[in-house]
Amino acid sequence: MIPDGIAVLAEGLRKRYGAAEALAGVDLSVPAGTVHGLLGPNGAGKTTTVRALATLLRFDAGRAHVAGFDVVEQPDEVRARIGLTGQYAAVDEVLSGRQNLVMFGQLFHLGIRDARRRADELLEQFDLTDAAGKSAAQYSGGMRRRLDLAASLILQPDVLFLDEPTTGLDPRSRNGVWDAVRALVADGTTVLLTTQYLEEADHLAERISVIDTGRVVAEGTSDELKSRIGGDRVEVVVRDGADLAAAAEVVGSVAASAADVDPDTRRVSASVRERVTALGEVVQRLREAGVVVEDIGVRRPTLDEAFLYLTGHRTDQEVPA
Amino acid sequence: MTTEAPVRPGHRAHPAPAATPSARLRWAVADGWVMTKRNMAHVVRAPEEVIIYFTLPIMFVLVFGYVFGSGMSVPGGDGGDAYREFLLPGVFVMTMLYGLGATATGIAMDVGRGVVDRFRSMPVARSALVTGRSLADLFRALLEMATLLVCGLLVGWQWHDGVGNAILAVALILLLRAAITWAGIFLGMLVPNPDTVSVIVFPAAFPLTALSNVFVAPELMPGWLSAVAQWNPLSSTVAAARELFGNPGLGGDSWAADNAILLAVAWPLLLLSVFVPLAVRRYQRLSR
Repeated sequence: MIPDGIAVLAEGLRKRYGAAEALAGVDLSVPAGTVHGLLGPNGAGKTTTVRALATLLRFDAGRAHVAGFDVVEQPDEVRARIGLTGQYAAVDEVLSGRQNLVMFGQLFHLGIRDARRRADELLEQFDLTDAAGKSAAQYSGGMRRRLDLAASLILQPDVLFLDEPTTGLDPRSRNGVWDAVRALVADGTTVLLTTQYLEEADHLAERISVIDTGRVVAEGTSDELKSRIGGDRVEVVVRDGADLAAAAEVVGSVAASAADVDPDTRRVSASVRERVTALGEVVQRLREAGVVVEDIGVRRPTLDEAFLYLTGHRTDQEVPA
Repeated sequence: MTTEAPVRPGHRAHPAPAATPSARLRWAVADGWVMTKRNMAHVVRAPEEVIIYFTLPIMFVLVFGYVFGSGMSVPGGDGGDAYREFLLPGVFVMTMLYGLGATATGIAMDVGRGVVDRFRSMPVARSALVTGRSLADLFRALLEMATLLVCGLLVGWQWHDGVGNAILAVALILLLRAAITWAGIFLGMLVPNPDTVSVIVFPAAFPLTALSNVFVAPELMPGWLSAVAQWNPLSSTVAAARELFGNPGLGGDSWAADNAILLAVAWPLLLLSVFVPLAVRRYQRLSR
């Protein structure tokens, strides 16, 4: 049985390509009306998971329910209730924006009148009315992505899969996509979002599953994950390398753990829980200790640090697909 | 096993999925038609693509028909006029062959850019992508044939054995186009990159027309070339069309030449029986 109020449920999803295991038992449980982030490096299995859940890919083992229906047993019921926006803007390049939306509406089995009305609503909502008659090929990257997103929303899906929706977008277009996602969720849609950007998951997702080599290696809210990584980091660059030891002692005593020291850049850093208090304390005690500081600051852990901590390897390392 | 979908306020009613076989069939027809209209809209919105496809056959008519034509001899007549009568059915079939590029490119673009994934994530009949494509290509081929027939009449080509036989000839040409469409669908799924498709199709298509009876009567070729050209599937359709239009170029005493119409039916059916299952299997393999 599916627990009440769970919009996406995956249990032990496995998929093997020859010798390579793309999914090695993925578990997911996403409450209805929330945004869930799937965070992981390239080749970790994010897209494979989404394709399996969106009925595009037959998996070898495990089970999956989306919007209340079994993905394998009732794919058409699932398809009528989901939207999918992949890494490419999957629209017809020759047709106009409006023709695209009308066509997709008809393929969702709306009558031609409903399809046209819905197309106009979506063009309006995504600020594409002026470009409605132009070929999608003439759209900018951001416009094409908006059109693609609009096409996923024709039936106001229960569950929307967004596979790296903002990769390659400029910050303004990215904010537009984020706003659209927030509006949808306010309307009750459940969103499963894959991303390579910690920041994006941070902004949008209530909960995040960190996925690596085909498995979920960590799951929780953004704050929970960050506190597992160790929260924000205080970073000090000293002017004189001879002061490194003294600085490390100060930073280490303020922070929760021993400080990392990088002699090459004369940098001392450690994770802290209360960023502002900790920064003030470090500044004061360094002054008392007579250490001359060239630069000091607090910053969030980068995705790289998060991955290094959670998976034991960096994001830019090749992961066997 | 069914569980209740999460209830949401302001939710749009979903059209229920087709449950019965007849409802499925209705969807398959409706979805296939939407897809057909989509592909036909491409011709209207981007006519330059069709025009480019026309330049080649028209160029061949002009270059071969007028520049080389006066020096060409065909069984049943010498000189430019007879050669143009001979050439036109060949050009009709050649144009159908070049349609392979359009079909494969269209499918390759859809597969390569994720459009097919979008269709597959929707409650769309699985057959719609290919039925829509092949129907639209057939309409397009009709348009091409109509244009080429007019061009033919302008350069002095004619049909001589009545409208009925002429229509039969066009039908055989379109049958070959249907087989070529399915080869194109298979190729487009095999190589989901439009640029690669053109690199494959055009270098392959030209020798196929050169090694046929499109430009030169096989009887005039050296022995083994002549055999290859006579058994070329394109040649059967061309020879059948020449026979039915009453154009010169009949000749040779091989079995293939004597049974051109039979072969013009058999070859496309054989090609369809190969490429339809291949294309369908390739399509199913997308979910691997």
